[in-house]
Amino acid sequence: MSGILGKKLGMTSLFDDNGQAIPCTVIEAGPCTITQVKTKEKDGYDAVQLGFDEKKERLVNKPLKGHFARGGVKPMRLLREFRNFNGTELKPGTEIRVDLFHQGDVVSVTGKSKGRGFQGVVKRHHFGGVGMTTHGQSDRVRAPGSIGSSSFPSRVFKGMRMAGRMGHERVTVRNLTVVKVVPESNLLIVKGSVPGPVNSYLEIVKEG
Amino acid sequence: MDKMKLIEATQQKKDLPAFKTGDTVNVHVRVVEGDKERIQQFQGVVISRRGSGINETFTVRKVSDGVGVERIFPLHSPRIAKIEKIKDGRVRRAKLYYLRDLAAKAVTQKTTAS
Repeated sequence: MSGILGKKLGMTSLFDDNGQAIPCTVIEAGPCTITQVKTKEKDGYDAVQLGFDEKKERLVNKPLKGHFARGGVKPMRLLREFRNFNGTELKPGTEIRVDLFHQGDVVSVTGKSKGRGFQGVVKRHHFGGVGMTTHGQSDRVRAPGSIGSSSFPSRVFKGMRMAGRMGHERVTVRNLTVVKVVPESNLLIVKGSVPGPVNSYLEIVKEG
Repeated sequence: MDKMKLIEATQQKKDLPAFKTGDTVNVHVRVVEGDKERIQQFQGVVISRRGSGINETFTVRKVSDGVGVERIFPLHSPRIAKIEKIKDGRVRRAKLYYLRDLAAKAVTQKTTAS
């Protein structure tokens, strides 16, 4: 397994060899720096920590400053760990670039989905609503309906789907095809959509 | 967003003729049948142009054997071999959807430069 961190730049469409327009997401992926290598002996598990998007020294707090200093790397905005990371030279300071992906590769993309705020059950859980606007009712169109029985069990079961905060959660979209890689400008173009708004951070992992 | 434009620019055509809604155009379409490729022509009035960048499309309408036919082409599609401008049109709308309800003669009148 190998992966990289990136930033969503937006969506567009590109033509493939058959002249078919395919929907694409453009991701600015890397360059990432290995900030720490975790080992079984020392940390209890093997992992590689990648950093992405440099930030100014003065914006870093003391504990993190020490962390970056230990790896001998510049401060980064985003830090993420990857387990079972493939690669020859895995030590702090090594640069991970987008050229580890190739056209046709299958990847998974993880990000924070767009926050939708407080939403009702129709939007949040795809309920059908209860009623119609005719036959004397006017206010049940997007209602959730019954949330349980009566004297038994005399309570509402945990996990009952109801209205509430929607979105802004970690979402993974799996099996996206890599349409194009542009190493000069660190761009990765995948087919289909990925979670989150434009300029949000993404983790891209090679499948298989 | 500049990097987005950079990506789109790699597939955008630069030698497109300038044409607008109301013009009559002849579109040369590459048709692939099996492993053979030939050019099919589609001539008609441009009734709309929409979208921007690589996503721009245009709609061409013609009347064939008394049946109205409309095709929507992606402007930058590699399947379009050539776009020829046949005639300038003079229209006062950006979208000519009302042509669908007009007889052939009225269409000519509406789109002819006078």
